[in-house]
Amino acid sequence: MRPTDRKYLKSHEWCKIENGIATIGISDHAVSHLSDLVFLDLPAKGSSVTAGESFGEIESVKAVSSLYSPVSGEVVDSNTQLPDNLEWLAQEPFGKAWMMKVRVTSQSPDLIDAAAYDAHCKAEG
Amino acid sequence: MQATALEKIHVALGARMVPFAGWSMPVQYRGILDEARVVRSKAGLFDLGHMGRVRVRGPQAETFLQRLQTNDAAAIPPGRIRYAMILDDNGRTQDDILVYRNPGNDGFFLVVNAGNCARDLGIMRALAGNFDVEVEDCTHSLGMIAIQGPLSQQITQRLTNADLAALKYYAWTEATVCGAPMTVSRTGYTGEDGFEVYVPAGHEPKVWQAFFDAGREHGLEPIGLGARDTLRHEAGMPLYGHEIDETTNPLEAGLDWAVKMNHDFTGRGALERVIAAGGTGRKLVGLTTTSKRCPRQGYPLVHGGAQVGHVCSGSISPTLDTNIATAYLRSDLATPGTELQFLVRDKGEPCTVVAMPFYKRAR
Repeated sequence: MRPTDRKYLKSHEWCKIENGIATIGISDHAVSHLSDLVFLDLPAKGSSVTAGESFGEIESVKAVSSLYSPVSGEVVDSNTQLPDNLEWLAQEPFGKAWMMKVRVTSQSPDLIDAAAYDAHCKAEG
Repeated sequence: MQATALEKIHVALGARMVPFAGWSMPVQYRGILDEARVVRSKAGLFDLGHMGRVRVRGPQAETFLQRLQTNDAAAIPPGRIRYAMILDDNGRTQDDILVYRNPGNDGFFLVVNAGNCARDLGIMRALAGNFDVEVEDCTHSLGMIAIQGPLSQQITQRLTNADLAALKYYAWTEATVCGAPMTVSRTGYTGEDGFEVYVPAGHEPKVWQAFFDAGREHGLEPIGLGARDTLRHEAGMPLYGHEIDETTNPLEAGLDWAVKMNHDFTGRGALERVIAAGGTGRKLVGLTTTSKRCPRQGYPLVHGGAQVGHVCSGSISPTLDTNIATAYLRSDLATPGTELQFLVRDKGEPCTVVAMPFYKRAR
């Protein structure tokens, strides 16, 4: 089972909300399917993101994938070290490979818990 | 979904299987970049069971092929192979294929793209009505296994009685491989030396395993379609659906060397008109970029504020350690050294026109 202290989107982003601030990243399942990561584009501090809409892009050898925000709000921090240390995503996708922190104004209605997300990953293969 | 005879072996090797042109195929085993490096430095093994394989025989096989495809079938000696295109009446590319003249000079053998095989067979069967010729789809009666990389000859020679040192590039021969009669061609889609083995159905797992047993000490590894795409792209070889498709003709794609205007193939009239008009106004070029972003299929190219082309294929090049792309570009800009921009989410990133191929092995 993946960490139960957070919620997930079926598009493989996770979101952990503490004191109105959401820390957001992508799951181990997403990282293993992307493989050979080469580029990550994250929003700057101070920009705003919208639940269900793209907040950045991640690029592997073969493809570019959009990253979808689990929440709406202002970006209060961005993991600026991560684009230069993409191996962190494979090492600690739920830890030091967090991507951004957002002051939450609303959450996506599509967020699911760890058990439902595990089942989703299993079904997706 | 169709499966090759090796599907279970791929899964056991840890491959990630994906649907490709109606087949379940391994896209990667350990990682695309690592796999590409193995092929450049040692040797890699590929299951190409999905590729279409077609026999063409009969008294008018050569005349039939002259009509079907762009290269000069009459000029192919027995045991030799040529690259060619199948066009429609408007000169648009329906497929790119390899034409093999049988070593015994008793007909031809074609290898076509999996995604176009059904359409190719339709074109061939319609055309065959006008000729004394027999078209046989042997995609399911023959498997296809490729070994590519500098150590290919050394490894393959342990499995066959054929004198591989004497087998020239784009030649093929009948041979005993792993104790059974097969055919072996010195061809490939990676820019490296290598062989493609046409394996009678049922023998594929045995041949695959024999390659591993012979190649293990040389570092032979299985290679997926992801690395195969990267390798062909570095080597400047077109991929149907990217550099060439139903909207392009072989002249603008820089494939005029595979088009011989001395015979009456479908689409010749249209190509003559293109030549008379001085081209189509665009050309296929290579691009490199200093940007961290990789130009991807469909991205617009911009010069002086105007859109001047679009990207066909883009990839990280593990061999050159940079991002590379192919693109259709306005002909007047298609000179190496021209500086352009490609657009990623409306943001311009710099790129430069370069000569292709991006990579050429030392011979």
